[in-house]
Amino acid sequence: MELFDNHKSLYRTAFLLFVILTLFVAIIPAMNNQRNNAPLPDAPVLSPAAVKGKALFVSNGCVACHTQQVRNVDMDKKWGSRPSIAADYADNHRTDFWRNTATLMGTERTGPDLTDIGTRQPSEDWHLTHLFNPRIVAPASVMPAYSWLFTEKKEAAKNDVVVKIPDEYKEDGTVIVATLQALQLVAYLKELKQVKLPDGTETPAFLYAKKPSAADATTGAAAGAPEGTTLYANNCQSCHQQNGEGLKGAFPSLKDSKIVLDPEPLQYVNIIMNGYDGRVSEGYGVMPAVGANANLSAEDVTAIMNHERTSWGNNAPKVTVEQVRKYLEEIKAKGTK
Amino acid sequence: MRVLPVLLTAVPLPLFATPRGRAFFSTDSVDGLLFILLSLVIILLIVAISLKVRTSMMRTKNTAKPPVFDTTRFNEYISALSSKSIDAYLTLKKKKQQKESNVLKALLLVLLTGGAYSMPVSAQQIDAKPSSLLQETGIIITLILLLIPIVAGVILMAVKVSALIRRRTRETNLEEATAFADYLTDPHDPVIEQALEQRKKALAYHLHNSELAGNADAEDSRGLVSNINIHTGLSVVAQKQRAKPRPAVDPALSKLVMWYLGCAAFWLLFGTTVGEYVGIKFVSPDVDHLSWLSFGRLRPVHTNAVFWGWASLGMLGLGHYVVPRVSNVPLASLKQGRWSLILINAAVLLGSVSLMAGINNGGGEYREYIWPIQLLFGIGLVITLYNFINTIAVRTTKEIYISNWYIVAAVMFALVISVVAYVPWWQDGLGETIVQGYYMHQGVGMWFMLFTLGIVYYFLPQQLNKPIYSYSLGILAFWAQILFYTLIGTHHFVFSAIPWWLQTVAIVGSVGMIIPVAAGTTNFIMTFRNGWYKIASSYTLPFFLVGIIFYFTGSLQGTAEAFRSTNLIWHFTDFTVAHSHLTMYGIISFFLWAGIYALVPRLSGKEAPQITVGAHFWLALIGLLFYTIPLMYGSTLKGIMWIQEKPFIESVIMMAPYWLWRAIGGSLMWLSHLFFAYNLYRMILGDDTTDVKGAAIARLNQSYSEIESTL
Repeated sequence: MELFDNHKSLYRTAFLLFVILTLFVAIIPAMNNQRNNAPLPDAPVLSPAAVKGKALFVSNGCVACHTQQVRNVDMDKKWGSRPSIAADYADNHRTDFWRNTATLMGTERTGPDLTDIGTRQPSEDWHLTHLFNPRIVAPASVMPAYSWLFTEKKEAAKNDVVVKIPDEYKEDGTVIVATLQALQLVAYLKELKQVKLPDGTETPAFLYAKKPSAADATTGAAAGAPEGTTLYANNCQSCHQQNGEGLKGAFPSLKDSKIVLDPEPLQYVNIIMNGYDGRVSEGYGVMPAVGANANLSAEDVTAIMNHERTSWGNNAPKVTVEQVRKYLEEIKAKGTK
Repeated sequence: MRVLPVLLTAVPLPLFATPRGRAFFSTDSVDGLLFILLSLVIILLIVAISLKVRTSMMRTKNTAKPPVFDTTRFNEYISALSSKSIDAYLTLKKKKQQKESNVLKALLLVLLTGGAYSMPVSAQQIDAKPSSLLQETGIIITLILLLIPIVAGVILMAVKVSALIRRRTRETNLEEATAFADYLTDPHDPVIEQALEQRKKALAYHLHNSELAGNADAEDSRGLVSNINIHTGLSVVAQKQRAKPRPAVDPALSKLVMWYLGCAAFWLLFGTTVGEYVGIKFVSPDVDHLSWLSFGRLRPVHTNAVFWGWASLGMLGLGHYVVPRVSNVPLASLKQGRWSLILINAAVLLGSVSLMAGINNGGGEYREYIWPIQLLFGIGLVITLYNFINTIAVRTTKEIYISNWYIVAAVMFALVISVVAYVPWWQDGLGETIVQGYYMHQGVGMWFMLFTLGIVYYFLPQQLNKPIYSYSLGILAFWAQILFYTLIGTHHFVFSAIPWWLQTVAIVGSVGMIIPVAAGTTNFIMTFRNGWYKIASSYTLPFFLVGIIFYFTGSLQGTAEAFRSTNLIWHFTDFTVAHSHLTMYGIISFFLWAGIYALVPRLSGKEAPQITVGAHFWLALIGLLFYTIPLMYGSTLKGIMWIQEKPFIESVIMMAPYWLWRAIGGSLMWLSHLFFAYNLYRMILGDDTTDVKGAAIARLNQSYSEIESTL
């Protein structure tokens, strides 16, 4: 064929075909997307510290293991309250003259998704300890230790942020102090929160929802009851550890804890829902409002409480959902007063 | 030392699981420093032992009596002489008889004694005294600093000694050559001359179509049998056919191509060393606590170095040979070829350093280099495109061979995707993600795959010594590849916030990829038709075969992964990592190796030892399977655990053994690259004077010309 024997026409044809397809599958959709999407009205702007933290997140390649997208599939529910939408990313622009936009959606989930990490884990103490060496709080973690974001000092200065590090992870007689960079990175992580859709907007659905299996149906009342161990692992374990003993000097132990074993556990429920700062003087971190942040139901709270009250040698009577519901109402009533 | 990484990965926990979760290797860790110290001492010991062995070898060589050469071996050499060699010898002998000169012998002796005998060198040893002082970082560092030059010195000495031994071996060979020459020049043995005359006649014999009527004799009286293996006995590796001598290639072009391939091999070693280390970090995350070596920074160093350094330079090196060859003209400009090489090397070097320093483009895979650095790569490609098209424009063939379709298209498309990926006008918000999906997959499919297919369309038929099965299938695959592959980029973002229709287009395009893949595979397999037996006697064809198999399975695996249902299980897991290694390694790297082993012996006239080519092949293949299969299995389990809403950390714990397998497979692959680098060294720079018969004739020729010049 003449076309194929003439190098000019052959290469021009191939080039044109490729460029036209490129236009239709990449350039036009990309331009449409950036033109037709604006940030959500409630979306906060990143604080200056968080902007610097994001730059650190980018420069250290965190996106290699952490996604920032909640897919519209049921299994991604744990990473956010709704699937991510185009508007969530609309405020990402070119970083600077040298660097491209960083939407940081990612393609690998070797570590957890971070879309909503600020809601899921709002504790600065935890983040700093975890960054210094993730295996302090999550022994099975394979995340790198970012200890170069911290300095080891004999004595902390007045404004230093001292990080709660168990003795076996540092030299005796030293304290670990967070550098500005570490604080910026944590500021970024804490500001990663899913934004509520404006009222009246339809929330996109999670697809492929699990159908209740036949086995569940036959167990009757137990069907659909939340599982304490899993809920504990997802919501509590990162601080209080799998063995319930927490971390000395950072996160208190739940084993033999007066509050956990309390026969009238009103305060217990309150702490799970709304956090706690009563033991800061002893060096323990502030507990965030885990229950409220994760939208835990009375059933979930009951399951967590019963798991904690009967594990690791704890031996307190189980609570019922009705009891917990009553406490929740009490707490709510107090809160609104 | 090659076993070290294997050991490291096989026993990672006891070695690296340092107590207290501190970095195993950092400037303030005693354990790490001790480890370095220990390694240095071990290296020293090994080198010292090998020095000892070598010096004693040398001593025995030096004190040994002059060797008595077996004359039956000479007869074997005679039967293996080529007619040209016989000619040279016979003319020489005639001359010599006229002159009745003894100069020849004298000359040979002078040459022999010319080599200096050197003194045996005794090995130096040093001991590091273990004591409580070893707890002090400063002392260990000092010891290390002291040991480094000593180790370097001892290694240097070892190199020198082995060079001496090599020289001695060569001298022995030359002695044998002299003895052989003497034997041949013995005037009182008319039998030899007669035998040689006969041999010459036999070699000059040409078929005249009446052979079948002749009386069949078991003897090879007509010189039909060639390529005789004169070393009998069981061989460790199957004897494969040697590369055939080919018409000479322009030495300047050869040099350019070999530079490309040498640089590619360097980046392969560098990139996979980094990859190996990154793989180890999954098993032992506390191996170091240095920012420049942290996982997130090193991972793109690995991927970009093997992409833009190894695979790209390897392809371009082979391309600079194929494009002019199938156009039947010389390369338009060697200078431009050199510039591309320099620019691309500079891009990878600067890019690797900047990524380790924490400077990257924003996290999109394979476009981690910031634009000023990737621009160097782009300019290199523009120059290459210009050079290739200029070469093809003056071709002496009417048609453009299919290889040049693929190769030139690949360079054009790589430029297009780079522009699309780096120009800022459509990168806001999700625009960046859509472009990222497009870019990362077109990089693989339009640059690496298209270019490599072009290389295969040239080298596979050439190695099978038959034309490609179907030119039309090649053309069909070409257009189908452009049509479908361009669409599939966004299948990396299925279920994400990018438009649903775009995801569907990507999935449909992925299914469409069956057409070019099936067409290409059929074409290659059918080219093999009636030639399968050649695999057993070739060391390049197995590489092609593995490449073809992975081309089919790896590419179709990509199709399978693109569906929404499979995305549920495999997306975000290490399955993607396994897939990318099956394709970039199984397809691209194996095809590149096939091309390199086919081409370099042609350029240099030297071949790699077949045993190390075999070692390269098997280690790479087995390593790849160890790497990918456990990873795919583990990732499937991981996906299922996620669907079952198990706590995330449980899926991390579950993966541990599969990550260990990945590190083991990776170590084997890495080891194979050492063999590859050695083979490339042997093909490009190796010396081949150990061929006794060639050396003997060369010696005779030389002395003859010296006699001539004294006349």
